[in-house]
Amino acid sequence: MTKILLANIDKPDQANIATYRERGGYRALEKALAMEPTALIDEVKASGLRGRGGAGFPTGMKWSFVPRNTNKPTYLLCNADESEPGTFKDRILMERDPHMLIEGMAIACYALNCHLSYIYIRGEYEFVANAQQKALDEAYEAKILGPSVMGKDFALDIFVHLGQGAYICGEETSLIESLEGNRGYPRIKPPFPATHGFLASPTVVNNVETLAALPWIIQNGAAAYAAIGTEKSKGTKLFSVSGHVAKPGVYEVDLGYPLLDFINKDAGGVANGRKLKAVIPGGSSVPVMTAAECEGVLLDYESLLKAGSMLGSGGMIVLDETTSMPETLSVIADFYAHESCGQCTPCREGTGWAAKILKNIVAGKGKRSDLDLLLKIADMMEGKTICPLADADVMPIRSFVTKFRSEFEALCSS
Amino acid sequence: MIEFNEEASRRYQTILSHYPEKRAALLPVLTLAQREFGWISQEVAEYIGGLMGYPPSDVLSVATFYTMLHKKPAGKYHIDICKNVSCWLMGVNPCVDEIKRQLGVERREVTADGKFSWDVTECLGSCGTAPAMQVGDRYYESLTPARIAEIIDTLRSE
Repeated sequence: MTKILLANIDKPDQANIATYRERGGYRALEKALAMEPTALIDEVKASGLRGRGGAGFPTGMKWSFVPRNTNKPTYLLCNADESEPGTFKDRILMERDPHMLIEGMAIACYALNCHLSYIYIRGEYEFVANAQQKALDEAYEAKILGPSVMGKDFALDIFVHLGQGAYICGEETSLIESLEGNRGYPRIKPPFPATHGFLASPTVVNNVETLAALPWIIQNGAAAYAAIGTEKSKGTKLFSVSGHVAKPGVYEVDLGYPLLDFINKDAGGVANGRKLKAVIPGGSSVPVMTAAECEGVLLDYESLLKAGSMLGSGGMIVLDETTSMPETLSVIADFYAHESCGQCTPCREGTGWAAKILKNIVAGKGKRSDLDLLLKIADMMEGKTICPLADADVMPIRSFVTKFRSEFEALCSS
Repeated sequence: MIEFNEEASRRYQTILSHYPEKRAALLPVLTLAQREFGWISQEVAEYIGGLMGYPPSDVLSVATFYTMLHKKPAGKYHIDICKNVSCWLMGVNPCVDEIKRQLGVERREVTADGKFSWDVTECLGSCGTAPAMQVGDRYYESLTPARIAEIIDTLRSE
């Protein structure tokens, strides 16, 4: 298995700029600065790198939507809001290898002709932001950032911007609204951020993990990156695995790696010798998979989609045979009800009602007809809102209720 | 009358310098205000609004969107404990009970000595070391009721 993002994560002093440079750091940026920006975009396109925040959109293509001849500034925003339940991968990159992110951002900014960039870090991660800020200070000191990036006639400033607690701000247009000093209400698209983003200027929003992969891609070439993974899912992906596994944590795997091998070998198998009941493979908003459905499935965008779920953020939650599925869904539904921004009625009302109905079912006060009501609410939310938060509630509701219906019925009166 | 002290005023100017438009600084300025004044009261909203040129209602409309900005007084140590899926799977409920038992107040209430308040929160991104809670800028992970008792004891004597 190739280690790109976690290659140096456990090595001492990796967060220190001198050590980072001794291990080859900032050479990719040097190489990039000698290239034409458009050639860099082509390189990222050829690598097949896709957005690692959850949507999996091709990064090079996203960059190519940014107009090149505009009199407005272009902004790169690094999405470090990491709030999808089960996801804790970006955190270790910023805590333990923060210069890799800075180098990736500098490469992206040069490719996009961007001179001002922000890392939007969730407010809870203040200690992570402090580690990232320390690295930024070092990079300024070493003249890697500032008026002349590594001696080149190219200026770049990167600032850390702390959120203050709102899951929705991980959605890119909500992140932009929040960065502009407003309530984090998602925007209707189009226009897309590529043309009308931060301060109505061309903007690219990329996840931490996406940007952190750039130094390796530039240093080793797009072809080397594209040689890893499957036909359509290139490279490596971080999976943060939690719940009932013996060795929870963050792992880097080649895309296309078998899901059950990952759980049983890498993550140490289901804890306490229990049996696997279900897996939520990509953060709490993706459809749950039964143990049987996990058989033969590979960890890549296409395989998980074919298996009826999604790769999402790679925040995998493993559930053992003792887990109550109605209770688990109730916890998840509570979360989406709490985090709905309230802008769209189907989401504001639907997430709230779904959470109440599930609480009632778990308390033994539900009726069997409530299960159909839940599915009806899901239908009324799906695809009817500005952003995907409602859909993120629909996917667990529909998959839990249909795949584990008898467990829900057992709690309900007829 | 509240006002930023000299150090906070310097910090305020630094924050403003990071953004091409003043409005973008509002959230970091509110974060600074909470650090200085404890919570975002009407008085704080009026002060920040006056400082930046926005009506207090506008400032409060932003503040009320973000859960980390307190809209009522919080304790010196405000504990946020995660109740999301992985923390719940790993046994957060007895930990929440222990916090309540130790502090003797309900969620969002402040202890009589003003030292503690607590609330449940959504995913903190500590799922691999669940259950987890946050106090100020510190995370406490792999919690058990016994460990919570120890942590609160330590904070009491800080």
